[in-house]
Amino acid sequence: MASNEEILAGLAEIVNEETGLAPEAVELDKSFTDDLDIDSISMMTIVVNAEEKFGVRIPDEEVKNLKTVGDAVDYIAKAQA
Amino acid sequence: MTTPAMLQSPLREHSRILGLGAYRPDVIVTNDDVCQWIESSDEWIRQRTGIVTRHRAKADVSVIDMAEGAAREALKQAGIEASQLGAVIVSTVTHPYATPSAAAALADRLGATPAPAFDISAACAGYCYGIAQGDALVRSGTAEYVLVVGAEKLSDFIDNTERSMSFLLGDGAGAVVIGPSDIPGISPSVWGSDGSKWDVIGMSRSLLDVRSLSLDAEAAGSLAAVAGEFGDSEQKLWPTMRQDGPSVFRWAVWEMAKTAKRALEAAGLQPEDLAAFVPHQANMRIIDEMVKQLKLPESVVVARDIAEAGNTSAASIPLATHRLLQENPQLSGGLALQIGFGAGLVFGAQVIVLP
Repeated sequence: MASNEEILAGLAEIVNEETGLAPEAVELDKSFTDDLDIDSISMMTIVVNAEEKFGVRIPDEEVKNLKTVGDAVDYIAKAQA
Repeated sequence: MTTPAMLQSPLREHSRILGLGAYRPDVIVTNDDVCQWIESSDEWIRQRTGIVTRHRAKADVSVIDMAEGAAREALKQAGIEASQLGAVIVSTVTHPYATPSAAAALADRLGATPAPAFDISAACAGYCYGIAQGDALVRSGTAEYVLVVGAEKLSDFIDNTERSMSFLLGDGAGAVVIGPSDIPGISPSVWGSDGSKWDVIGMSRSLLDVRSLSLDAEAAGSLAAVAGEFGDSEQKLWPTMRQDGPSVFRWAVWEMAKTAKRALEAAGLQPEDLAAFVPHQANMRIIDEMVKQLKLPESVVVARDIAEAGNTSAASIPLATHRLLQENPQLSGGLALQIGFGAGLVFGAQVIVLP
């Protein structure tokens, strides 16, 4: 099981791979759409890669609730617990 | 009771695609045109979808007209007379009559009467569904030659001001003739459905809704008085295509990559055996991501007709194959993996020998 810091680092790596954004730009309070300019399609790619990396399931209807990087980290941490 | 002996159709071992035809309507709709209707930009649409233009048919060009154009070219290439056809199958979701079928009219126009003729409703998987049926009819001995057409006039079922889907869609038709073959020409079809996702792509309302809304509007004296109950974005009465894009994207890429792999396995092939990959032309990003998931080698030519044609539902795979062969005639005789997926949800995939 990964700590929140590890989840954040892993997520930053996935975001970097999908969008080219520097991993250090992926911070907990950043909004995926407003701050990181990630569209709904890229978001799905990130979600699927995160599912694989962290061994969790993030249903489509949950994705809409993951507004910030912190939301995603919390969701993955909870799903792993 | 003893059963008297009767005859069943003698089986054939192999079938293949003998000829291919395409019809592309002549109105070109650019991204700048689209931006008159929705707030967007050419760059945004290219980046997000890979679409540069889409072809749309004029008001007086029907699904049947486009199907006929494509079918005549396919018959010519196959060297088959329409009178030799043992079945005519049209896959469409935009023929504007629930009955009679587009296929019966098409068969008559081509001179294929009295060939059995029917439409199938499998949206963007419709062409692959048609190939599965054409292959089965030929090999079961039920028919010698089968015409399979994917024809769509999606422009009759879009709302240009709607953002989820309308700007992706185009019109067109593609057709093939399937017939007996000395070599395996169509691999086992991997096809199916998932009706639990019935509501993620499709028409915004049923014809019954249209009827009751029309009656209400008549009573109220205006359409605006009743259409509002469907929300601001669906002010218009007519049913038009809608989708939940992100959900569709996820299903299309990761579930359909698995389906495509199963189709390769069913054919007994490896990715490097393929000459071409022709996925349904839904969105360039779906195509790119699928190619990545399938780990296709560089040698496999990937059809990307979507840039010019947009998403034409059941017509997209034969149209994309047609362009592929025009631009790369050396691919003829090679193997192409094709996969269709869409509203239903439904999916179908098989490997074919390119005509």
